[in-house]
Amino acid sequence: MRHSSLKAKQDRAGWLFLLPATIMILIMSFWPMLQALITSFKKGPSTRMVWADPWYNNYARILKDKIFQTAMGNTFFYLIIQVPIMLVLAMLLAQILNNRQLKCRGLFRTMVFLPCATSLVSYALIFKSLFATQGLVNKVLMNLHIINENINWLGKAGTAKFVIILALIWRWTGYNMVFFLAGLQTIDYQVYEAAKIDGASSWKTFWSITVPLLRPVIVMTTIMSINGTLQLFDESVNLTNGGPANSTITMSHYIYNMSFGQGVGKFGYASAMSFVVLILVAILAAISMKAGDKRD
Amino acid sequence: MTKSKKRKTMGSIQRRLIPSYIFLIIWCLFSVFPLYWMVTAATNTTVEVARGKVWFGLHAAENLKNLMAAQPLWRAMGNSFLYAIFQTIFCLFVCSLAGFGFELYADKAKDRLFAFLLLAMMIPGVATMIPLFVLISRLKLLNSVWGFILPQVATPFMIMMFRQNSRNFPPAILEAARLDGQTEIGIFFRQYLPIMRSTYAAAAVVTFMNAWNAYLWPKVVMLDNRAENMPMLIANLSNGYKVDYGMLMMGVLFCSLPTMIVFFVLQKQFAEGITGSVK
Repeated sequence: MRHSSLKAKQDRAGWLFLLPATIMILIMSFWPMLQALITSFKKGPSTRMVWADPWYNNYARILKDKIFQTAMGNTFFYLIIQVPIMLVLAMLLAQILNNRQLKCRGLFRTMVFLPCATSLVSYALIFKSLFATQGLVNKVLMNLHIINENINWLGKAGTAKFVIILALIWRWTGYNMVFFLAGLQTIDYQVYEAAKIDGASSWKTFWSITVPLLRPVIVMTTIMSINGTLQLFDESVNLTNGGPANSTITMSHYIYNMSFGQGVGKFGYASAMSFVVLILVAILAAISMKAGDKRD
Repeated sequence: MTKSKKRKTMGSIQRRLIPSYIFLIIWCLFSVFPLYWMVTAATNTTVEVARGKVWFGLHAAENLKNLMAAQPLWRAMGNSFLYAIFQTIFCLFVCSLAGFGFELYADKAKDRLFAFLLLAMMIPGVATMIPLFVLISRLKLLNSVWGFILPQVATPFMIMMFRQNSRNFPPAILEAARLDGQTEIGIFFRQYLPIMRSTYAAAAVVTFMNAWNAYLWPKVVMLDNRAENMPMLIANLSNGYKVDYGMLMMGVLFCSLPTMIVFFVLQKQFAEGITGSVK
């Protein structure tokens, strides 16, 4: 009898430990998500919102919104170009750094990892300054006689996107490399020794041993990168401010402008757009998990 | 194997690694140069920066003076430290308590709750931003440290990290402490906390860095200039028509310094922290 009451007490303590975190996640994640869904069917100023008419009006508006379509296109452009390049580079760097015969591994690893120590706003401003019309990149290219006049990198859509992608690769490759390195360290080194004895080339070893064994890490980094890319904000705001003429704006940046930009406050419409982002994240995560399973 | 032969194979191994070295060195130049440039630019005048100078100059003090005249540097630094330290303390406490509970008191119902909470990982920040802003402003917590930290006090990532690492906590200690007559919460503070300190260190580094670097959420809730943090301050610096690059990079340097120091001192914990539960 006494034993069971002790057990009940312990069980109650276990639940109590979960309580603060559970309440906070419910209030700060799930409840706002539902609120966002409800708000997305409303219209009017934030203090006196009424149901939109028809109820799906905000969503219908998305289909006609040229800027949102540009923002979505940009986000997917960054996703399709930047994420694969970055993940392959990260895997390659991890593979090289995992080689025990390599000298100065620790130093190399620190340097590859270093960009992660800078805040997103900081590195956006550094890249903005380097690629300014009077910036260092133009100066170097001029001195090397590769270009004859300064390029306005951030003033044209194509080159501005290039700078954003370059900056993203700079900031996040080392970050992802750490995941691959952690994954590689769980692989028994003898597998590689055996492959070497069998005469497999390092390229073949990479594709037929490393990549399959790293699949869970690849799926995870892919999902994280998709999630991060769909929510790109700091870079878009601070590198290009979405310009020129919204040509590099991201979805999060546009949603922010719609909800908190000067004199706008279109909470209903912004919520509808944010729900589209949520659904995209869910779909893309599901696809990457499926793709990760399939190769079994 | 004779010594000379051994040296020869070592040499041939290193020779085969030459492409790896070349690739690594190029990559490291790429990854270090922007930061090196930022530090040198902070010590030069904007004219020198525009002239393409990439070596250290003598104008650091002048840039700092200009920066302090243009923006309330110390106030923003203070705010950033306040937000980051508070967030780290509260997040670690709430999430480690949950990780402890989920792992050491595990049963079917708790596992189901855990799986449900993990779903929150998939909810993007922009999707909760507007309702959270409304909530924080109704609670009259705009421009306050609580408004900053509340949405980030419990994160699925940190709970998961503490839960996974709690597997290394020996259940025998739990049993022994119970026989000693310690309360469950007493066990958490007296046994769990000290044993799990390396997990706490990793979690603290990551939480601190994330809080220090936060930009979107403070931009939403810190409407008063007096409450702005460092990323907001340096973003303001570059908004003018004419940018003083020396001063701007001095600001960027200040914004990066605390995270850089944490990075160099606690790099191992940082790497453990971001990979968290992948083990």
